Amino acid sequence: MANLKELSKKKVLLTGGHRLCAGCGASIVVRQILSSLDDPVVVGNATGCLEVATTIYPYTSWNSSFIHNAFENVAATISGAEAMFRSLKKQGKIDKEIKFVAFGGDGGTYDIGIQSLSGALERGHNFVYVCYDNEAYMNTGIQRSSATPRGAWTTTTPAGKVIPGKTQYRKDLTAIIAAHNIPYVAQASIWRWNDLVEKARKAFYTEGPAFLNVLSPCHRGWRFNMKDTIEIAKLAVQTNFWPLYEVENGVWKLNYKPKERKPIREWMEAQGRYKHLFRPENEHIIKEIQEEIDKKWEKLLVICGEK
Amino acid sequence: MSKKITALTGNEAVAYAIKQINPDVMAAYPITPQTALVQKFSEYVADGLVDTEFITVESEHSAMSACVGAAAAGGRVMTATSANGLALMFEIVYIAASNRLPIVMSVVNRALSAPINIHCDHSDTMGARDSGWIQLYSENAQEAYDNTIQAIRIAEHMEVRLPVMVMQDGFITSHGIDCVEFIDDEKVTKFIGKYQPRYPLLDVNHPVTYGPLDLYDYYFEHKRQQAEAIKKSQKVVVEVGNEFKQISGREYGLFEEYHLSDAERAIVALSSTAGTAKQVVDELRAKGEKVGLLKLRLFRPFPYQEIIQALSHLKAIAILDRSDSFGGFGGPLFTEIRSALLESEKIPQNVNYIYGLGGRDINQVDITSIYADLENIVKKGKVEERIKYLGVRE
Repeated sequence: MANLKELSKKKVLLTGGHRLCAGCGASIVVRQILSSLDDPVVVGNATGCLEVATTIYPYTSWNSSFIHNAFENVAATISGAEAMFRSLKKQGKIDKEIKFVAFGGDGGTYDIGIQSLSGALERGHNFVYVCYDNEAYMNTGIQRSSATPRGAWTTTTPAGKVIPGKTQYRKDLTAIIAAHNIPYVAQASIWRWNDLVEKARKAFYTEGPAFLNVLSPCHRGWRFNMKDTIEIAKLAVQTNFWPLYEVENGVWKLNYKPKERKPIREWMEAQGRYKHLFRPENEHIIKEIQEEIDKKWEKLLVICGEK
Repeated sequence: MSKKITALTGNEAVAYAIKQINPDVMAAYPITPQTALVQKFSEYVADGLVDTEFITVESEHSAMSACVGAAAAGGRVMTATSANGLALMFEIVYIAASNRLPIVMSVVNRALSAPINIHCDHSDTMGARDSGWIQLYSENAQEAYDNTIQAIRIAEHMEVRLPVMVMQDGFITSHGIDCVEFIDDEKVTKFIGKYQPRYPLLDVNHPVTYGPLDLYDYYFEHKRQQAEAIKKSQKVVVEVGNEFKQISGREYGLFEEYHLSDAERAIVALSSTAGTAKQVVDELRAKGEKVGLLKLRLFRPFPYQEIIQALSHLKAIAILDRSDSFGGFGGPLFTEIRSALLESEKIPQNVNYIYGLGGRDINQVDITSIYADLENIVKKGKVEERIKYLGVRE
C-alpha cells in the first residue's frame, strides 16, 4: 500500500480547473481511485455532474483518454473500447497495457444504466466500474433516485404536508452487483482513503470486471456545509449507513467495524435533507430507519463471517 | 476474372461480406429479420475465421453504445439490426454520427411497432434519415453484399468519417435465396485497405476527450461541420463506386436509371421493389410504352441535383414510399423529390404512393397500375389525388 506522499507524486489525471462544486465528493472519488494506477487508463463517464463539469468545450480536465457517450450506457461504451483493445492486442497491433474505467453517478448506475452495466459485467470485460453515489440526480437538481435513502428530501420527494420525503428504502446495488459473481466488488468511502485506494488497485489489477460503490457526499443535495464532506462520509460509515466491505471471488469480507455504532440520528442531524424527520409526527420514521440499518448490518455480519 | 455464383440469402451474403471485411469489433443483438446474419457471423467467430472481437450485447442500445466506444478506441467497427432494434439504438445512432465515427451498420428493413410486425417496410431507416448517417439502399443480395464492402471505404474516407447504414429488404432480400457473386478475399482486403484511426482513445500518449459538453458557443459550428461532411460524402460514394467496378465489374452510382433517359413516365423506388418494377418496365417497353425507373441507392446525402437532371424531362413521375410520414405531405422519398424538383425549370407531374407497409406485397399488377395511372395523369394534365395508398383495404 502506497502512502500519501507516494500517491501525491502520481500523475494527476483529473486536473484542477474543473467546475465541480467546492467540496464535491465526486472529484475526490475519481482522484483517489486513479491514483492507484501504474498503467495508462481510458476513462468512460456517464452523463452527470462529473462529466458536465469536467469537459466544457473547448476545455477538458482529463489528462487521460476520455469518452462520454450518454447517460445510460457508460458500461456498454467502455466495454466497446475494451473489446477494441483486446482485438488489437490479439492482432499484435498494440502491445502496451491499458486499463479501462467507467464512472457513473447513482442515476447512471442504479437506475437508467443498470441494464448496460449488468450486461457488461456478465460478458466479463476487463474493466472497473465506479459508482460515485451521491444518492440523487444532482446534475439535474436533486431529484430522487433508487439510491436516495428513505426519508430524504429531494425535489421530486419534497417534504410535504402529507408525504415526508422519500418513502422507499434505497436499492442495495452493491449486493445486486455481487450477485453477478464477478471477481471483485467493493463498497468504499473517501473518508477511508487508504481502504479505497487499495480497493481500486485490487479492482484494476484483478482480471475481469470489478465494481466499486463509493459514497460521494453532495453538500448541495444533502444540505451540509461544504467543508464537511469528509466528516459526512465518515459519519455514514460510523453509523453503519454505509458499511465498508468487499466481495472477492465470492467471499464477503468486512473491512471496517465501528467500535461503537453511532445512532443514525447523528448522520441525519448533520444534513438538511432530513430536517423534516425531526418533527414529532415524523420521529417514528427515524426509528424505523434505525431498525432497518441495524437489521441489514446484522445480516452483513453473518454474510461476512463475523457472526 | 473468375466468376463464381453462389446461391444464398441476403443475410448470408452480408455476413460473408463482414467476414471478408474482418472488422476489429462487431457488437450486435439479434432481431428478426436480421437474426440469421448475426448467427452466421457468430459461426465465423466460433470457427476462428475472423479476428473480430464479437460483443454479444444485451440490447441494441448497448450494441450501438459499444460500437461508439470501440470506434472511438480506434478500429474498424460494424453492427447489424432491424426495426425496433434500430429504434432502441436511436439516441446513440445520432451520437455515433456526431462523433464522426465510421461505423458500418447493416440494416434489414422491417416495419416498426405497433402493432408488432416482422416484415418489410422502410419506416425504421426512414425514421433515422436525419441522424447524420449515410444511407445506401440495396435492391437484392448482390447489392447488399457490394454496398457493405463499399460502405467501409465511404465511412472511413478522411473527408467523410461518418457512419454508413446499408439496407436490404427484410425477408424479401434477407431470406430469399438469390444469386451472389463474391469477390476474392484478397481483393476485398486490398480494396478496403488498412484502417486509419483518427484521435483514438487507445493512443494513451495523446489523450483526447470524446463527447464533451458543447453549448451555444460552439455546438452550432460543430453541426455545420457535420452538414458539410455528409455533403462531401456524395462525391466519395461515386468515387468508391467507380473503384469498386474495377474489382467487381459491377456498376454503382448515386442511383440506377432503368430505361429512363427516353421515358415519359417513370417510377422512383428503393430496394427490392425496383427489381419488380424493372420487370414491368420490360413488359411495357415491349408494348412500346415509354416507361422507366429510377432506383435510388443513396438516400442520405440526398443527391438532389443529379435527381433533377435525371427526372426533369419526364411528363409524370410516381414516387413510391414504403413508409409513411404520419401527418406529413406524403412519404419521405416523395417530399425530398418533390422539393428537389422545385429547383427544376420544368416540373413533371408527380404523385406519391405509400405501399407495402408491414410487408404487404407489391407485385407486377400493382406496378403496372401505377404506370397506367401516370398515363391518365399525362392525358389529363393534372394530378387528382396527390398522396395515394396502394394495396390497402379502405
